[in-house]
Amino acid sequence: MAEDALETRGRQVTRSNLARSEQFNGWAFVMPALVLLGIFMVYPILWSLWMSFQVGRGMNFSFGGLANIIRLTQDPVFLRALSNTMLFLAVQVPIMLILALLCASALNDSKLWGRGFFRTAIFLPCVTSLVAYAVVFKSMFAQDGILNQMLMGLNFISGPIPWFSDPFWAKAVIISAITWRWTGYNMIFYLAAMQNIDRSIYEAARIDGVPAWARFWYITVPMLKPVILFTTVISTIGTLQLFDEPNLLTQGGPSDSTLTLSMYIYNLSFRFMPSFGYAATVSYVIVVLVGILSFLQFLAARDRRR
Amino acid sequence: MSNPIALLGRTAQYVLLSFAAFISIFPFFWMAVGATNTSPDIVRGKATPGSALLTNIVTFFTSEDLPRVLFNSFFIAGVGTVLTLLVSSLAGYGFEIFRSRVREKVFGGMLLMLSIPFAALMIPLFVMMANLKLINTYQAIILPTVASIFIIFYFRQATKAFPTELRDAARIDGLKEWQIFLHVYMPVMRSTYAAATIIVFMTHWNNYLWPLIVLQTNDMKVLTLVVASLTSAYNPNYGTVMVGAIVATLPTLVIFFLLQRRFVEGMLGAVK
Repeated sequence: MAEDALETRGRQVTRSNLARSEQFNGWAFVMPALVLLGIFMVYPILWSLWMSFQVGRGMNFSFGGLANIIRLTQDPVFLRALSNTMLFLAVQVPIMLILALLCASALNDSKLWGRGFFRTAIFLPCVTSLVAYAVVFKSMFAQDGILNQMLMGLNFISGPIPWFSDPFWAKAVIISAITWRWTGYNMIFYLAAMQNIDRSIYEAARIDGVPAWARFWYITVPMLKPVILFTTVISTIGTLQLFDEPNLLTQGGPSDSTLTLSMYIYNLSFRFMPSFGYAATVSYVIVVLVGILSFLQFLAARDRRR
Repeated sequence: MSNPIALLGRTAQYVLLSFAAFISIFPFFWMAVGATNTSPDIVRGKATPGSALLTNIVTFFTSEDLPRVLFNSFFIAGVGTVLTLLVSSLAGYGFEIFRSRVREKVFGGMLLMLSIPFAALMIPLFVMMANLKLINTYQAIILPTVASIFIIFYFRQATKAFPTELRDAARIDGLKEWQIFLHVYMPVMRSTYAAATIIVFMTHWNNYLWPLIVLQTNDMKVLTLVVASLTSAYNPNYGTVMVGAIVATLPTLVIFFLLQRRFVEGMLGAVK
């Protein structure tokens, strides 16, 4: 009996040693990342939350309470940037994700000829450097540029479209540029997920005479729900932070018609007389929007699953 | 193919894919042709090769201290990619292999932070770098991007497919945890690393907004800043900028084609 007790204790000691070493290793492996995230993410987030209640120019701050939030509601440039950003989001994200889904399901066919070529070609845009494709798009969309010539040659339009000087077309340029770049990226996520769907489900549906569109809508889409949700959230975050494309293609113009929230934050902090407190408030608008929209998207995905 | 509906579907499939592929590739073609044409020809929509290639190359490579700029870009992207892969894969592995209730909560909190836009961090980061006297240094560009929540998440997902038997066998052989990571996990997961390399290198190489804020002198400039400033000139010399665009695109293209096969495998592993 004494021996038994001793043995049990011995086992407990080794087990707690093991548990302790698991704990130690667990923290050791994640610590470098956590330290860096603490310094370069958590601290700045808290700092900018505090900043958003400060008013003043340059590095002189004083506590302003809700002054910045009141300023938001009366700032026509902010409201402009907000509505532009929301418009980009509402138009661009659905177009891009639907295109990506269509391309992925067209590619998810082992009998397709030239499958590797199509996959690589459609994915290629997201490998390019942003500044490189900005200049390419800028020259293609020029007044006498290749695009207007093609459209006129095909008799789609009678005169050249003023891509960059008309507010509507400037937005269209931005939307097509982002869609061009990121459709293939999202497609790869869908394609990878599709290849995990059991082929026999499709075979069974085909034998039962289920048409292709119904197989897509009732098998593929529900099976991909988690990935669709993931890409929707990622794209929403990306579009709400949109900066590079408008900054390089249109500089926010004409007359602020392509100004985004991120560009406005940049302008407020680094272009005009720095107003960090107010800029931080605008950046929290993005945080709140991302939070609300991600929450709604999760809700929508959960509801339909039931 | 006797069924007319199946034939129609097949045709639609090819039409869609050919159209998408054409749209995707055309700008690359445009970029290559543009580099051989003069600026007025490009803006006029000339789609045939011209004879200005040499002039464009010379103008581009003498417009700035290009060797220095290229070194900056490669150094930042190279060091940044290695550090990001190391730190983030360690964390992804750690979160998945050594489970604890506290770390699960930390991980959940991290995923929430994924939704924080860079715009919200930009100002505090800038002030922080200014206080640390790091403005206009390599560290200021590299350090904030090394712990990537997205890549940590990606590695954690991929680690779920890492066979437990391998780890058990390595433990019985007396390997320490860090040795298992270095000598077993990393070689086994090379597809995952390949996919992550493409994504991480691309983000570092293409980074534009943060360098625009932090790098201030000409000798520290990266390629994206140089090409961007040539582009946003009131009357840009498109031929020259096209050469710049090609130089800025080539490294990511090369990496992509080298790692492409593994890339698709790696993505498959993460989505499973």
